[in-house]
Amino acid sequence: MLYVVIIFLWASICLYLLLGGADFGAGIVELIANRKHKLRIRTIMSHAIGPIWEANHMWLIIAIVILFVGFPRIYTTMSVYTHIPLVAMLLGIMARGTAFVFRSYDAVTDEWQRVYTLIYTWSSVITPFFLGVIAAATVARTIDLNANDFIAAYIKSWLSWFGVSIGLFTTCICGYLAATYAIGAVEDENDRTLLIRSAKRLIYLVVGAGALVFLSAASSGIPLIAWIFGDIIGQVAILLATVSLGLTFVAYRKRRAIAARILAGFQVTMILLAATYQHYPELVLFKDGGGLSLIEHAGNSETITALAWALLLGSVFILPFLFHLMRVFSRRSPYP
Amino acid sequence: MDDLMAARSQMAVSLGFHIIFACVGMVMPFFMAISHFIYLKTGKPIYKGLTKAWSKGVAILFATGAVSGTMLSFELGLLWPTFMQHAGPIFGMPFSLEGTAFFIEAIALGFFLYGWDRLKPWFHWVTGLIVGLSGLASGILVVAANAWMNSPAGFDFIDGEYRNIDPIKAMFNDAWFSQALHMTLAAFVATGFAVSGVHAFMILKGKNITFHATAFRISALCACIAALLQPISGDISAKDVAKRQPAKLAAMEAHFETAANAPFLIGGIPDEETASVRYGIKIPGLLSFLAHGDSDKPVTGLNDIPKENWPPVAITHYAFQLMITLGMLLVALALIYFSALFKWKSWLGSKWLLRLFVIATPMGYIAVEAGWVVTEVGRQPWIIYEVMRTADAVTPMPGIVYSFYLFTAVFLSLSAIVVFLLYRQMKMVGKLYDTTDPEYKSN
Ligand code: HDD
Ligand code: HEM
Ligand code: HEM
Repeated sequence: MLYVVIIFLWASICLYLLLGGADFGAGIVELIANRKHKLRIRTIMSHAIGPIWEANHMWLIIAIVILFVGFPRIYTTMSVYTHIPLVAMLLGIMARGTAFVFRSYDAVTDEWQRVYTLIYTWSSVITPFFLGVIAAATVARTIDLNANDFIAAYIKSWLSWFGVSIGLFTTCICGYLAATYAIGAVEDENDRTLLIRSAKRLIYLVVGAGALVFLSAASSGIPLIAWIFGDIIGQVAILLATVSLGLTFVAYRKRRAIAARILAGFQVTMILLAATYQHYPELVLFKDGGGLSLIEHAGNSETITALAWALLLGSVFILPFLFHLMRVFSRRSPYP
Repeated sequence: MDDLMAARSQMAVSLGFHIIFACVGMVMPFFMAISHFIYLKTGKPIYKGLTKAWSKGVAILFATGAVSGTMLSFELGLLWPTFMQHAGPIFGMPFSLEGTAFFIEAIALGFFLYGWDRLKPWFHWVTGLIVGLSGLASGILVVAANAWMNSPAGFDFIDGEYRNIDPIKAMFNDAWFSQALHMTLAAFVATGFAVSGVHAFMILKGKNITFHATAFRISALCACIAALLQPISGDISAKDVAKRQPAKLAAMEAHFETAANAPFLIGGIPDEETASVRYGIKIPGLLSFLAHGDSDKPVTGLNDIPKENWPPVAITHYAFQLMITLGMLLVALALIYFSALFKWKSWLGSKWLLRLFVIATPMGYIAVEAGWVVTEVGRQPWIIYEVMRTADAVTPMPGIVYSFYLFTAVFLSLSAIVVFLLYRQMKMVGKLYDTTDPEYKSN
């Protein structure tokens, strides 16, 4: 049953990145759009994410609940040593969610729209950035359980060049996903060209940020290359991600919206797989060489069994309903 | 302010903020479902307008509830890591089920809000109902988790270790039923009176009267029924507390000396130093009766409890008094409203009745906050009753005060914006939702 829980944990993190991430991406795409296209991008994006944004963010809650029920040591260690970036991310989540809804539901359209938009777009950038910083902190061996001053224990545990680059990388990936997903949601040829241009721009940013990740890993002594290319799974995952990135460009040119969506999602899944597989089952690595493992630090077996059943049962209810939601609202519909 | 105090205050502010939106999330979907149902049955456009108007306001409140809830699921670990490390696996069951309930709620909400003219009418109605049912379920589940802190169950605590964990037993602890029942009713009371008060205010102002009267009828009826049931459920809760947390009951009543025929205290200023109460009215025997159903049975006083295990007496007592006073006022209003409905029909159109409802607008919510202060402050100094102290659970990270200030500022500004947005929503009712208004434009 432990493996059921671990698979659910991985899947919910992955889905949060693919779906919740694309939600943040919508704000990022809007932020980097040229002034004259901003309004158009905004209309397209709001229309695409409106009905599903709340559901998309549930994956984060699921992941957190799995962590604190099934792996309490991991949850509490992260809460203590990455307190500050977690708070930053939470503030981002609150600001983004509310600003998005306030912007769409304000009964009067006036100057306030500018304020909502400002908050919405910038928090869409900040939130995935800190998500990346936190993810990096789990593997960067910066968490020091023996530290006894504030800076060493609570700042250096997450603030590093590696963390910053992973943060940037995550942010760019979110933008790329959003732009690519949205291509299938529009009818108009000009809209499509506009989105493809954004998506391509974001791919270059993703590749650039990726390079930064490798550089910063090398400079801070993180054996990233060995992790990723150290065995066959990592090699294949990266190979597949690269090949499908090439195919994405073909899909853009041929205007194959669905294919582009699937390819983009696939790439991100492969990157996450390569990044997590190597140190599995360890989820958090410490400065002194130790770590927290999903197997050794799991909760007692009664709890894990109950949790696994709750998750399995939950998915029976949720998944069909969720697919139906996505299907109903992904049908192209004419809108102004 | 030390770190422990800051952490407790931050928890209190975050929960006190979230609960307002949680109540809305549990109750408004039912009000909308009623109005939507009448629309589907009668085809009267005013009900469609009302359903839509409510759903716009609710979307704003929902989003605020969702983000503050997300915040809370992290905050438990950010502020109380030691607590979560041990409690997580034990009381996690309701949280895992709650995850499912939230998910279903968020999906159904997507269907409901964006489904007008896209879904089959009755399927659309059912999605709205599902929003309500799953909201209710998540409220009940999370309260079961809180009840476990009051009445720990489902494990054996041996030599400082938590053994023989049974998550199902933990969920169905002794306190879950009375708390869940009381909370669910409270959500209907609080939201019902808040909504009917706002619509009563608009009727008094003479704007879109038919529209607001329709809204008022639905919300006032639900609120008044719940208000009449609330003291009954409160009595169940009180008996329950007497059994499982005598220190909390004693603090609620500022009851210092164990005594048979214990008096019920109204008002009064408790003094913990001298273990006495100044002023206040005492009704002999009533406390014994309320706690044990027998006015001769003794009720444990605080003097029989070691002082280091006392909750803050004054706060618990004042909060309890406040909740009961408001509860009784709302019962009185409910009785007046039912008399108007069934006997003195002329009262229905009168201004004074509407004014009473306007005055009652915030009362339910104040009672909810007060009730939670009773429950949570009354549990102190324990975070898990008689198992773990709050002081031992707090995060080792210093400087929580700043995080407390930061979050308080965020919650205050969010509240201000939400109020502002709802105000704008009300102002636009004529143009956007009331089909009988000359300015109405279909959109
Ligand atoms: C509209 C709100 C409202 C109203 C009118 C009342 N309550 Fe209440 N009360 C709550 C809202 C609430 C609450 C916020 O929902 C609490 C906090 C925890 C809980 O389960 O419910 C609560 C807690 C609570 C507790 C503590 C339960 C515990 O710690 O487990 C008791 C003993 C009562 N209530 C008793 C009463 C009585 C005798 C009332 C008589 C009128 C009353 N309440 C009215
Ligand atoms: C008595 C206390 C509580 C009640 C009755 C309650 C109830 C609810 C309800 C009904 C909702 C959905 C409505 C909405 O979205 O507006 C909600 C949202 C949420 N609550 Fe609470 N809650 C309580 C406390 C908590 C606590 C302590 C946590 C965290 C540990 C929490 C976590 C959440 C989360 C994550 C959401 C967002 C889910 C969504 O988007 O629908 N809640 N709560
Ligand atoms: C939403 C309604 C709730 C409100 C308004 C509320 C209110 C409060 C208050 C006032 C405190 C501070 C008490 C003190 O330190 O003196 C507190 C503490 C706390 N509450 Fe609640 N509470 C609510 C529901 C819950 C639920 C559902 C949970 C958990 C499942 C919970 C978990 C906690 C924890 C962990 C603390 C901190 C430790 C402590 O002070 O004991 N609360 N809450």
